[in-house]
Amino acid sequence: MSARTRRWVLVGLEIGVTALIIAGVWLYSERAVSYVVAPVPDIAARFRETFLFAQFGSDVLPSLLRFALGFVIACIVGVGVGLLLGRSLVLRLLTTPIVSFLRSTPAVALLPLAIVLIGIGTPMSVFIIAFVCCWPILLNTTDGVVELDPTLRATVESYGITGLDRLRLVILPAISPRVLAGMRTSISLALLLLVVSEMIGNSNGIGNFIFQAQQTFAIADMWAGIVLLGVLGYLVNTAFGAVERRLLRWHVSERRA
Amino acid sequence: MLEVQGLSKTYGSGATATRAIDHIEFDVSESEFVSVVGPSGCGKTTLLKCMAGLLEPTSGRTMLLGHQVTRSPPEMAVVFQDYSRSLFPWLTVRRNVALPLRRKPEIADRERLVAETLAAVGLAGFEEHYPWQLSGGMQQRVAIARALAYQPKVLLMDEPFASVDAQTRGELEDLVLSVRRRFGVTCVLVTHDIDEAVYMSDRVVVLTSPPSRVLETVAIDLPRPRNQVTTREHPSFGHLRGHVYQLIKGRAGRSPAPGPEEEFATT
Amino acid sequence: MEGSDALARAPAQPGPVVSPSGGSNVRARRGRPFAERRGAAFALGTLGVLLVFALAELVSRANIVSPQDIPPASRIVGELVSQLGTSEFWSQVGATLLGWAVGLGIATAGGIAFGVLLGSSVYVRAALRPTVEFLRPVPSVALIPLAILVWGQDLGSKVFLVVVGALWPIVIQSMYGVSQVDDVARDTARSYGLGASERLRFLVLPSALPFIATGLRIASATALIVGVTAEVVIGNKGLGNGIALAQAGGNVELMYALILTTGVLGIAIHMLFSAFERPLLRWHTSQRGTE
Repeated sequence: MSARTRRWVLVGLEIGVTALIIAGVWLYSERAVSYVVAPVPDIAARFRETFLFAQFGSDVLPSLLRFALGFVIACIVGVGVGLLLGRSLVLRLLTTPIVSFLRSTPAVALLPLAIVLIGIGTPMSVFIIAFVCCWPILLNTTDGVVELDPTLRATVESYGITGLDRLRLVILPAISPRVLAGMRTSISLALLLLVVSEMIGNSNGIGNFIFQAQQTFAIADMWAGIVLLGVLGYLVNTAFGAVERRLLRWHVSERRA
Repeated sequence: MLEVQGLSKTYGSGATATRAIDHIEFDVSESEFVSVVGPSGCGKTTLLKCMAGLLEPTSGRTMLLGHQVTRSPPEMAVVFQDYSRSLFPWLTVRRNVALPLRRKPEIADRERLVAETLAAVGLAGFEEHYPWQLSGGMQQRVAIARALAYQPKVLLMDEPFASVDAQTRGELEDLVLSVRRRFGVTCVLVTHDIDEAVYMSDRVVVLTSPPSRVLETVAIDLPRPRNQVTTREHPSFGHLRGHVYQLIKGRAGRSPAPGPEEEFATT
Repeated sequence: MEGSDALARAPAQPGPVVSPSGGSNVRARRGRPFAERRGAAFALGTLGVLLVFALAELVSRANIVSPQDIPPASRIVGELVSQLGTSEFWSQVGATLLGWAVGLGIATAGGIAFGVLLGSSVYVRAALRPTVEFLRPVPSVALIPLAILVWGQDLGSKVFLVVVGALWPIVIQSMYGVSQVDDVARDTARSYGLGASERLRFLVLPSALPFIATGLRIASATALIVGVTAEVVIGNKGLGNGIALAQAGGNVELMYALILTTGVLGIAIHMLFSAFERPLLRWHTSQRGTE
């Protein structure tokens, strides 16, 4: 098969099989008697009615806010503390067991704790997201600093580059590939914690919406919410990927060179 | 200009202690070009790092213009062997060269300085490139430009041409010689390449195996400006080269033909 | 070269900025710094843990923080120790591990199969790409209400969610591992007449093994998180449920004790899978190094 034919076959497969799957799911949703499933058109309708834009402000926005706030705090704290730990071997050794433990604890186990300490509502969501998501970032930052190339270090020292200059122009760019990898992990965690913290600890938000929908057997609503989460997850990952690619222009290309 | 006084460096302690260099002494005069050679593993890089203030010697000291070197002095610039890890890949060529100048606010018109240095190393027009877009030789030129823009009195180079191919090496050797001629920088070159050491230097300091001391300092009175073809064909070149080689191989003092006068180590 | 030469016209520089001669070096050190000595890691690590415990103890007993929020560390440990003697505790641990293991097992089997399939055939990849891209970003927790509808509080809901959560890392890593199979090795195998299933067994799977191991490590952690999530939110039997009940009942010490237990589980799982992964990776990269 020539290369050109092959490309057409692949495109055809992609579109064709996907269309088949969609059709299959659609038909099943219409015919099925189960109470778990709602017809696809209904889901689409509910999706449009609620999230665009009736309940956008009351549910989607708070979720986005919690997510963004928690994640940003996690980044700042993670990078800040990570830099500190990276500089001091003593501090690293002191904190390794604690950090390993906190990082291995399933995030959700801390949710009741957060409720005890902070009560339900937005601050609790932001806290748990920030707290759990800072560990991958922190660990990656520390690793990045520790693994800084010795020749790079020697160069910086020989030219007397210190302080803020060194941090801003050398250290942060040098460790950015690793830090961004850590942030990538944290983003998925953040989404997970957002949804769960809203399900059990908030009176609004997408997670709460889905949960309520299920409780009241508004199945189409429930599926609409699930679809929305999928869309959000996709958008967040894509956006992050784009930012990462832009920031690491020099790095990826360097590897390709 | 530069005085190395009794420099010693021991790594580790107790049973696993390794004496890399032991009581090294030599001087470098202003605008002089001195190479440091020796058998493999003889602590040449250790010596250079101590001289540059990057490594703390176990004893002894380096004096620069009458003052002791403790941290990296602004009068010294270092060119490392591994340019790919010494240049900052996230900065353009221009920014790489300009970055160390932040330490020297007294230098006016940095933009022009950067442009002229890059032109001096033959990289005019590549200012906005990133290091990974350049060949190895070009990257090392950027490192040299960066060192030059820093306006040091002393240029220290740690096997700077070991990672490039032979032809590029010749070009870079001549480049260093020409910028030295032009800006009067004092140069100390650490290398394992005897030909290179003889070709470029006024004097060659030969080290022993570890614990390394100065075995002998060989004066190179080949005519300047040096030329890759004519200098290497000069009758003295072979003698000098052979003498250094024999020193390193441990059979000093048995040169088969009369050679130029050799200066003995001043310890 | 004529004309302005910024380099040659360097302004007179101030005197060398080095410390006056004669003084001892600023960073003189006797011997090696403490932190680099052998055993320092263990000593400092233990010290760190003890410090945190001491802090928790003090802060609570001195009433800086209400003991209802953060009980003294000693009491938490005491509660944990006494829990170790109860069958209720161990059945909770068992339930958590059961859901985790079953879910992870299904995800592993299905994930490797699916991942290898995707990695081996560019046609299958093309056919399923949009579907996979659509399904992947859906967080497993989003399906909690669905799970409740179908299984209620039975084990099935927990296992379902664990499978969804743990599936993708394994699929991605398996797919990637298959794509990394050395072309030369593949051609060699083919030229020796090895059939597709033999190639799979003797070439593809072993080559992909290190990547699959990495995927397993990631998935095992995710599986634990999702499993505990299900227990907290849905109320399946397990540590998560225990934690939620303790919190609701105001039994703060028990809550902390159980959280600590999940942390210990998390570390144990992490260490277990890392132990498997490391030798496989070493074999792989060192093998690559000899090429």
